[in-house]
Amino acid sequence: MNKMGLEEFKGVFVFAQQVDNVLDGVAFELLGKGKDLAKDLNTDVTAVLIGSGVKGLADKLAEYGADKVIVVDDPELKDYRTEPYAHALASVINEYKPEIMLVGATAIGRDLGPTVSARVKTGLTADCTVLEIGDFPLVAKEGEEQLHNQLLMTRPAFGGNTIATIACPYNRPQMATVRPGVMQKIAPIAGAKANVIEFNPGFTPDNRYVEILNVVKAVKNTANIMDAKILVSGGRGVGSKENFKLLEDLAEVLGGTVSCSRAVVENGWQPVDLQVGQTGKTVRPQIYFAIGISGAIQHVAGMEDSDLIVAINKDEDAPIFDVADYGLVGDLNKIVPALTAALKAEVK
Amino acid sequence: MKIVVCVKQVPDTKGGVKFNPDGTLDRAAMLTIMNPDDKAGLEAALRLKEQYGAEVTVITMGLPKADEVLREALAMGADKGILVTDRVLGGADTWATSTTIAGAIRNLEYDLIITGRQAIDGDTAQVGPQIAEHLKLPVISYAQDIKVEGDSVIVQRQYEDRYHELKVKMPCLITALSELNQPRYMMPGGIFDAYDKEVTVWGRADLKDVDDSDLGLKGSPTKIAKASDKVRKGAGEKVVLDTEESVAYLMGKFKEKHII
Repeated sequence: MNKMGLEEFKGVFVFAQQVDNVLDGVAFELLGKGKDLAKDLNTDVTAVLIGSGVKGLADKLAEYGADKVIVVDDPELKDYRTEPYAHALASVINEYKPEIMLVGATAIGRDLGPTVSARVKTGLTADCTVLEIGDFPLVAKEGEEQLHNQLLMTRPAFGGNTIATIACPYNRPQMATVRPGVMQKIAPIAGAKANVIEFNPGFTPDNRYVEILNVVKAVKNTANIMDAKILVSGGRGVGSKENFKLLEDLAEVLGGTVSCSRAVVENGWQPVDLQVGQTGKTVRPQIYFAIGISGAIQHVAGMEDSDLIVAINKDEDAPIFDVADYGLVGDLNKIVPALTAALKAEVK
Repeated sequence: MKIVVCVKQVPDTKGGVKFNPDGTLDRAAMLTIMNPDDKAGLEAALRLKEQYGAEVTVITMGLPKADEVLREALAMGADKGILVTDRVLGGADTWATSTTIAGAIRNLEYDLIITGRQAIDGDTAQVGPQIAEHLKLPVISYAQDIKVEGDSVIVQRQYEDRYHELKVKMPCLITALSELNQPRYMMPGGIFDAYDKEVTVWGRADLKDVDDSDLGLKGSPTKIAKASDKVRKGAGEKVVLDTEESVAYLMGKFKEKHII
């Protein structure tokens, strides 16, 4: 791999995702993290703002720590489409040569990131939870040059069973997508004004520009369980589709969302979008209630990183108790409604 | 219509996680399944085949034992299987993997390429869009519905709070969500047929327009600095109380933690 010219790449860049001209929270989180990294590297943070009529958002990015804002503004960029956005971001990278490029691990970022990384020929580490500056290799090895000031990107893999720290030592920029909700944004600096750089690489529609026929908002009748702060999850022990009412009531009083195990989906009690686990979704809510869930490893792999796990199960030996912070051995049909009532009284 | 479906044989967590000395997953030591998103992609292809008529080719990159995942796909109804396997391809990151698969697909005729959105071992969601980039194709990620209309596809592309209905002319690449459908089971007859159908094995020499420097561990821009089993947190408290006491116990904990 070509090691020449890596030192030409300077600065920490952050993709400032906006949808409908509203900045996504992850943009501020990336700026917060970007500032830390820039400090360690003695450089600055640049937000890359891509869209149509978005220039007015630049000051807000400055308030959250952007030293500069590169604005790519073009009517072709009104709604997200892979091609014009990838062209915009890849062109910014080729023009301004950042050493680090951070993108939110959103439904947009997880499409834009890989496309751009392939286009500019660099590595991309997905869904990072920790980013820091350090050495690669971590420990100096005989006969191998130890590189300093590298971006070390840590991410869970294998459904959360493994943790890997990854570097991109010989290509630039070092690219990462970052899980929303993990990095800290800074307290906004009131009245900060952006140093705006306008850049337009030109957009010529070709066969790779898809046509948007329709934008259909919030059509899903089921919530995205990956975004929920509180999940009330039911398993085979709930017993029936109808009995999920108990869980819905508990979720409602907590402002949470109902999810489920694979057995529940197989029995047709709940749709597959609500399934947690290896073949379902990986979730990390603040509180996870595992109700009537035995805790097979495939399920646990999808929820064990929750901040707090409460298990309710009549089987004292259920493996779910091995990962639960608080385990209640008992009849969910009695405990769940009583808990709902107690919480309701507390909220009042 | 010719459809290429990319599938991956992935480790099942039941077998536990094992590493090679270089920090990459020791896939040979683990039990395997067809990656769920890929299976949904294959099912989508088989439904298009039933509806419009199509030849469905499944392709995988992996160890020789990845032949199993192709046999499963053939038993579900795919027509041809291609296994890309070669020692020099081992240890590839997403960049080198997508370069390899693109190199293999360049030998094929296709109207549509379908991959899963992401695989449950890496969860990166990168290889599909990167294959499209290497082949200079339009990509539609996160497909929750796929229809064919003339020489175009109409796809519902999922986002967190909406979907876009997108139209693009084929050839194109689509990445499939598990939510797309409920994949069929292998048919008993299909299982026997699967061993009569053709599986082509390709190595490095069969990849088209690919540099050696872009393949395998050496050709991977990302390098693993460290990998480890996750340290699992131990069990917390477990109580056996009557209903009222159970609720009081939990409410007390919630107050302690300032949850309520």
